[in-house]
Amino acid sequence: MNELSGGFADPAIESAIAFRAILKVTARPGRVETLTGHSGPAPISSAAAAVLLVLVDRTTPLHLAGDHDNPALRQWIAFHCGAPVVAAEEAVFALGSWAALTPLDRFAIGTPEYPDRAATLIVDGHDFDAKPAELRGPGIKGKAKLALPERKAFIANRARFPLGWDTFFCGGDRLAALPRSTEVR
Amino acid sequence: MTDQAYNFAYLDEDTKRMIRRAILKGLAVPGYQVPFASREMPMPYGWGTGGVQVTAATLRPDDVLKVLDQGADDTTNAVSIRKFFQRTASVATTESTGGATVIQTRHRIPETPLTEDQILVYQVPIPEPMRFLEPRETETRRIHALADYGLMQVRLYEDIARHGEIATSYAYPVEVAGRYVMDPSPIPKFDNPKMSDCPAIQLFGAGREQRIYAVPPYTQVVSLDFDDHPFVASKAEHECAICGSGDSYLDEVITDDAGGRMFVCSDTDYCARRAEGGAA
Repeated sequence: MNELSGGFADPAIESAIAFRAILKVTARPGRVETLTGHSGPAPISSAAAAVLLVLVDRTTPLHLAGDHDNPALRQWIAFHCGAPVVAAEEAVFALGSWAALTPLDRFAIGTPEYPDRAATLIVDGHDFDAKPAELRGPGIKGKAKLALPERKAFIANRARFPLGWDTFFCGGDRLAALPRSTEVR
Repeated sequence: MTDQAYNFAYLDEDTKRMIRRAILKGLAVPGYQVPFASREMPMPYGWGTGGVQVTAATLRPDDVLKVLDQGADDTTNAVSIRKFFQRTASVATTESTGGATVIQTRHRIPETPLTEDQILVYQVPIPEPMRFLEPRETETRRIHALADYGLMQVRLYEDIARHGEIATSYAYPVEVAGRYVMDPSPIPKFDNPKMSDCPAIQLFGAGREQRIYAVPPYTQVVSLDFDDHPFVASKAEHECAICGSGDSYLDEVITDDAGGRMFVCSDTDYCARRAEGGAA
């Protein structure tokens, strides 16, 4: 083990398997999947490390917030992903704890013509056992439940649909997602 | 056995990452067409290069792939795409709808209801539903930004004025999750209701037009219509000549030069199962 270990040993196969977990949680908000076998320097969780390995590369500027902005993690990202580390305003992906990622109005929400040009927040160190919020919307049969760090920000984010950022929640090896289309109650 | 000259599922990892990001944004904004840097594939445009790229970025080694072309598993397009992934991803393939985990389709939704464990990948020729009404990309983009879909209602109204009913029979426009109007690909309008509230993930790839879009599971997909001219999922008023099904979509087959014809299920897997006396 060294500071750069924990990436994919067999990138094509491992990224395909990890992507399907990411696809599943994005398509079905409220579902929690596990992503094991990948790791990076503290404080990144194994789930967040897998999300970076699958989705982030040199074409996707990344913002590191709070404790996630440290030399060891920067090196690990430079080695495995090659993503430029940028300010929040320029980020396609942002990684950090919920507290470190705020204020959230710094992140791109897309434009009316190109709503896809919005940031994806990777909320690390998420507490999946916190009080769950009720979710409704695309991908959800009736209603679903997911622990959220707060509700207000997600209600406001949904209100400007189709604009808005999308969120992954990572904690340990667990992963969930809350795309902007989800209604939080 | 995978052909070792290729990466898993043919595409390089950079390309797959780019496509995967587009798929995720597509799911986050249901019905919105996400631009992506479509690659040249070893098959011509019009043969499903968009669907193939989405499938390639989605496949896991343990997937069971089904490919259907106008409902059939045994036509050139379906057979060659299935072989392509057998060779480059070494995935198992099947002709059974129920036995597949990923289904790539050209112009049909299988008759057998899909499940939560399945992903349906559509091949899309023209992803922009407004394109034949407004050729300028800058304008169609603004139409979607403002949800200004009056032009489409006018088109459907003109159908009624001219033919007495909405004559559009395939690629019938739908509204997804109450926001974006979307081209469901050239599926017959008979299939439109299957898209709504579907347990499976539906992904759409247009290779030449460089667009990916998606419908998450359990999403409302509404075919556009009028209060006094409601949408009708029409089909030929016959029963299948092979399996006798009265509620599957039928193809008309000309059998001779004297006007002879028969109607058979377009979905070959569904028809074969029924003909064998299976549970379908």
